[in-house]
Amino acid sequence: MIGAIAIGLCAGIVAGLLGVGGGVLFVPGLVIFLGLGQHQAEATSLLAIVPVAIVGTFKQDGYGNVRRKDALLLGLLSIVGAAAGVALANTLSSAALRDGFALLMVFVAIQLVREAIGRPQAQEPPQTSP
Amino acid sequence: MDIDRPSQLTVTRALKLAAIGTLAGVFSGLFGVGGGSVIVPLLVLWLGYGPREATGTSLAAIVFIAALAAAVQGAYGNVHVLDATLMGVPAVGGVLIGTWLQQRLPTRAISLLFAAVLVLSAIELLAQ
Repeated sequence: MIGAIAIGLCAGIVAGLLGVGGGVLFVPGLVIFLGLGQHQAEATSLLAIVPVAIVGTFKQDGYGNVRRKDALLLGLLSIVGAAAGVALANTLSSAALRDGFALLMVFVAIQLVREAIGRPQAQEPPQTSP
Repeated sequence: MDIDRPSQLTVTRALKLAAIGTLAGVFSGLFGVGGGSVIVPLLVLWLGYGPREATGTSLAAIVFIAALAAAVQGAYGNVHVLDATLMGVPAVGGVLIGTWLQQRLPTRAISLLFAAVLVLSAIELLAQ
């Protein structure tokens, strides 16, 4: 239980600090520290993302950054893709899915480095948000 | 520019949103992440969004996308609801702390450090 709380807290801090999406941190946290299988870790991560995204949305809405109609349309129109993505994930072996995810993490790392090098100190937050 | 007429839903605009939503959905469902790294650049590129509106709108979309993908994963019996709650609720606090820290810490150095952590974690995953 403490493990999940710690993962959540740390992932949240990094997400807020660096603009890196929580899912990229939730999934390996669950696999490495809680011993969840890759599929279970990804599924659990998705559920955990919801409250974080809700609170983030309220904050962003306060700044006037949320186009609500478009957001709603994006969400509703994602259902086919989301179902397909989940179905695809569940046809893959744990090893294959895990390797794919590791690759994703490397891409995110590269993106972080490019943004860190590309911008001067004390500037706007980076835009990565997987 | 599409963003100047937010209430106008042309066929083209609807198709673009459908494409972005679908791509983000696949990404989210496949990897267990929000899908923001698909949504944000495409909102900018295809719909003329500014980066801040893209990020804010993306977050709002992710509420639905992640929830939908989680529900589908739930049908497969893969969701650990207790772990998700124990992770998600503190994560909200974490994000508030993180954004507060952002103004006070050298984020460039930390980004580089964290990129290294990501790569190390990726290696750890590959070794599992």
